[in-house]
Amino acid sequence: MSEVFTKSMARNIFYGGSVFFFLLLIALTYQTHEAWPERDNHENLTDQVRHGKELWENNNCVGCHSLLGEGAYFAPELGNVYQRYGNSTDAIKAFIMSRPKDGIEGRRSMPQFNFNDEELEAIAQFLKYVSGINTNDWPPNIQG
Amino acid sequence: MKYESQSVAKLYFIAAIGLFVGQIVFGLIMGLQYVIGDFMFPEIPFNVARMVHTNLLIVWLLFGFMGAAYYLVPEEAETELHSPMLAKLMFWVFLVAGALTILGYLLVPYATLAEMTGNHLLPTMGREFLEQPTITKIGIVIVALTFLYNIAFTVLKGRKTVITLILLLGLAGLAIFFLFSFYNPDNLVKDKYYWWFVVHLWVEGVWELIMASILAFVLIKTTGVDREIIEKWLYIIVAMALITGLIGTGHHFFWIGAPEYWLWWGSIFSALEPIPFFMMTVFAFNMVNKRRINHPNQPAVLWALGTAVMAFLGAGVWGFMHTLAPVNYYTHGTQITAAHGHMAFYGAYVMIVLAIISYAMPMMRGRKACNSAASQIVEMWSFWLMTIAMVFITLFLTGAGILQVWLQRFSDEPMSFMVVQDKIELFYWMREGAGVVFLIGLLLYVYSFFVGGEERTVEKKV
Repeated sequence: MSEVFTKSMARNIFYGGSVFFFLLLIALTYQTHEAWPERDNHENLTDQVRHGKELWENNNCVGCHSLLGEGAYFAPELGNVYQRYGNSTDAIKAFIMSRPKDGIEGRRSMPQFNFNDEELEAIAQFLKYVSGINTNDWPPNIQG
Repeated sequence: MKYESQSVAKLYFIAAIGLFVGQIVFGLIMGLQYVIGDFMFPEIPFNVARMVHTNLLIVWLLFGFMGAAYYLVPEEAETELHSPMLAKLMFWVFLVAGALTILGYLLVPYATLAEMTGNHLLPTMGREFLEQPTITKIGIVIVALTFLYNIAFTVLKGRKTVITLILLLGLAGLAIFFLFSFYNPDNLVKDKYYWWFVVHLWVEGVWELIMASILAFVLIKTTGVDREIIEKWLYIIVAMALITGLIGTGHHFFWIGAPEYWLWWGSIFSALEPIPFFMMTVFAFNMVNKRRINHPNQPAVLWALGTAVMAFLGAGVWGFMHTLAPVNYYTHGTQITAAHGHMAFYGAYVMIVLAIISYAMPMMRGRKACNSAASQIVEMWSFWLMTIAMVFITLFLTGAGILQVWLQRFSDEPMSFMVVQDKIELFYWMREGAGVVFLIGLLLYVYSFFVGGEERTVEKKV
């Protein structure tokens, strides 16, 4: 770089640019908070859904599945599983219950978590709540 | 080595390399589970192997960064480390906490681990990359703050250079943004949004400051180029990293419930994120071309050039490939993301840590500047094996990802996830093969430390 562009100019761009764009990030984050009530499906965030999220986390479901496209890519996307299973929480519960304890020969299989009825219902309701979030029409189709 | 206390870095580097080997072993286990679905099931289910793989990566890179700081800060500040004792103590605290956490993942079901560690008191577990029990997270904060204190006081009592300043800013940012891992709201949209304040602002933000400052240090030492020139480059590189990367966070907000304007902010700014990486490539090659000495440690220069090129390819090119919202709509959460993640982490962060280890380790082991010619040749073989293997891992995952997008999301009759996974199996097998080559390269790397012989001597450029 030529002598016209000095080290102190470079330093000023670093400090000025970083501070400016950090403040912009905070401003956009504030604006995002304002926009959320319209989009985040919070009206359906019941205590049961909260419990469902806790179970989702405590069993590390995101270690295999993705949820709204984030997580692992070993097992299907679950952000729209409620719709994929015909808008049925019963179908979701039935699938989770049906998993064999020792897996399936040569194939990927979800572990058997031995959830009780109340826990199964909470997880299914959590997934139903997630499917109501406004995700800008993602995923592209029902397969997730 | 100019200062006695720099040698604490040796512990950190040895631990880093050991955990790196563990990370790759678990990577191979997961890779096999992709094609032999019940491999090690139910003893080590995929999610457990994945936690071990990703958490070991994070922990060993942190060991590498801390080791790098302990080595280069005293030399830059021209003074002994504030407290070598504290550095050694924190090493053992971090190692034991890390080991216990990994053992916890492997020995008890995750839900039991959550219960044992009182996750309900302050729920932070079960989120990608932040799976550590809350008590481990608190431990990480304590280690990070103690480390920062030690480094900051060393900088304060000695010479202040641009390298130590940028490194310190990067490390402080690392500690500060990690605090968002303790924020886990019930509202999933908010949870996801602020999760990225740890993950994105680390790897596409403050970690780039750490990387660039370590790179600048290694280049000053191995090329003998004037510090003024290198520091000017350093400022402008980290300026571009934050100018593009801060708002670039928006490319993660497209589909998680954040407002639509993020499609624009995220696309535009993250499309600029390759710029700092491209500048790092130009920087590294320029400095080596303008070198005033031929440093006898050839692998260190090779890693420094390699990290600049591979970070640009992995983070820059492979990142840009799927960052624009209309493209990301189809590629989000597919093997394309996995391909990008692998090459970006290897190029930017694995290789920069290996560069500083390569430069510093011979001197900490009592040599004047470098290892024997025989040892250097083995190390350079390991460079090429690991790097080429990673290129192929990335290409195979990209192939898998393109097919996955086509079959599952783009074609007229989309197929289900599991059907598509069967159809792209061949690519997963080839990825696993490349993974085995990577492990061979890594073992060769470890072996290079045990190759003896006469030290090569410093040749001044004519």
